[in-house]
Amino acid sequence: MDITTQKPAAPPAAPGPAAPVDKRAARGATRPGDRIFLGLSRGSGIFVLVLMAAIAAFLTYRASIAISENEANFFTSFDWNPSGIPPEFGIAVLAFGTVVSSIIAMVIAVPVSVGIALFITHYAPRRLGGLIAYVIDLLAAVPSIVYGLWGALFLVPHLEGLYGWLDDYLGWTGIFEWNDGAPRSLFTVGILLAIMILPIITNVSREVFRQVPRMHEEAALALGATRWEVIRMSVLPFGRSGVISASMLGLGRALGETMAVAMVLSSSFDINASLLDTGGGTFAQNIASKFNEATEMGRDALIASGLVLFVITLLVNGAARLIIARRKEYSGANA
Amino acid sequence: MAKRIDVSGLNAYYGSFLAIEDISMTVEPRSVTAFIGPSGCGKSTFLRTLNRMHEVTPGGRVDGKVMLDDENLYGAGIDPVAVRREVGMVFQRPNPFPTMSVYDNVAAGLRLNGKYKKSELDDVVEKSLRGANLWNEVKDRLNKPGSGLSGGQQQRLCIARAIAVEPNVLLMDEPCSALDPISTLAIEDLIGELKEQFTIVIVTHNMQQAARVSDRTAFFNLAAVGQPGKLIEIDDTERIFSNPSVQATEDYISGRFG
Repeated sequence: MDITTQKPAAPPAAPGPAAPVDKRAARGATRPGDRIFLGLSRGSGIFVLVLMAAIAAFLTYRASIAISENEANFFTSFDWNPSGIPPEFGIAVLAFGTVVSSIIAMVIAVPVSVGIALFITHYAPRRLGGLIAYVIDLLAAVPSIVYGLWGALFLVPHLEGLYGWLDDYLGWTGIFEWNDGAPRSLFTVGILLAIMILPIITNVSREVFRQVPRMHEEAALALGATRWEVIRMSVLPFGRSGVISASMLGLGRALGETMAVAMVLSSSFDINASLLDTGGGTFAQNIASKFNEATEMGRDALIASGLVLFVITLLVNGAARLIIARRKEYSGANA
Repeated sequence: MAKRIDVSGLNAYYGSFLAIEDISMTVEPRSVTAFIGPSGCGKSTFLRTLNRMHEVTPGGRVDGKVMLDDENLYGAGIDPVAVRREVGMVFQRPNPFPTMSVYDNVAAGLRLNGKYKKSELDDVVEKSLRGANLWNEVKDRLNKPGSGLSGGQQQRLCIARAIAVEPNVLLMDEPCSALDPISTLAIEDLIGELKEQFTIVIVTHNMQQAARVSDRTAFFNLAAVGQPGKLIEIDDTERIFSNPSVQATEDYISGRFG
């Protein structure tokens, strides 16, 4: 009411008291407040695109310098000698190590996270659930360097038992053969990454499971479903796309994790048949360990490997979106 | 199939709050009984005690006896999951499983109960959808998501889902309150057909609906907000709507309160 009556009394004054002026000023799309906000939000949106393009352009430019000088096959070579004459380097080892350690991490972390999230939302008494959720939040806040320290000083020395057991029972597969080397392998990295990505997957899954409409759960209950059947019929289908998104967030972190991997892995430029063999490397770990002492050419080569990691991450996210979109008409969103 | 429900001295609580007090009534097999009464009088709560859904709500608990023929639903050693397989329920808002197809929605209850051959499932799905007067509308899209149907179709899908497991009793909690008049009419016609096979209990806010579909009507009321709801009277529907024995019932029906 008094907005309209006061309108003439408010001339657009100094920039200081801008907010009250906005409130009283003209109506419709030409309000200064609307325009400022529109400009800000549009600017932020465009900024993100520009930033993304700038990163891609930078990576591509520096990478192209290195790749054009490279005498070895960039994708299949096992060498990393960008400062040599001629320079020879390839990302095969890094791509293998990154993908394998991330897969191990996902295989361990996704089921455990979904289990924890279901326990918190559907099984645990409210207080216990809250406590667990709080502890998980704390885990998410631990810096990765601390995980790295813990991994190197505690996890590695304590994994020999597990390695021996895997070798005894699964050694015949070849993948779990152990030659009694130090457990600083891709497998250990996978376990550590699993622990690191567990909180984010758990937290996002928990939120999704909490949002399952009560009426979907009651539909299952009224049919005579047990608690597990309610989860299978209502909760998991509803939460499916959310769990996929959560997993992709976790995977993104696993793919790019740097310090913790560098501290735990005893890196080398070869691909081992067994996951338990010491050695291997990942993109991020390789960049972190080599960047400081790299020559100009070495840095460009590292940037080229970074570009590949960038592309892999984009592909993974695209794949996740495809999976989610394919099931869209069955999602809970239209119910 | 259809069984008699015999309730005696039933109280239901939410935590320490007594929501309904000392309810006793008998519901005859192969009949429709309507529960009417003002909001908050506990008719939905009472309905949910008949298939042990009340205790699913945090803090919900019940004492008293609900006999289904000669079995006490609240007796020692009775599994609530087994009770719910015997007493089906249809909810206020249509709630088909959104991630399942029409077919899978109807088959969901059977799949819980054990292994069936594809041909057996096909038969039950068709029979249930026909029973819910939905077959002709969905027979060409059995594999499309159930959530893509209209509201009225979804509610009939939920009815098909409930009757597919051949329960003894079918509970309906305001099944038409989210539907338009034409869908409502379809459901009401369906209720008339279903009572040939099932004992039906329906909660409704619509008194014309109670008069149209039910054989018996129970009127619930509460003295004041915060007081427990009580059963005021239950009688033949005709009598309740023409010449009820309690004044409060007449006041409610004639629109003088509530």
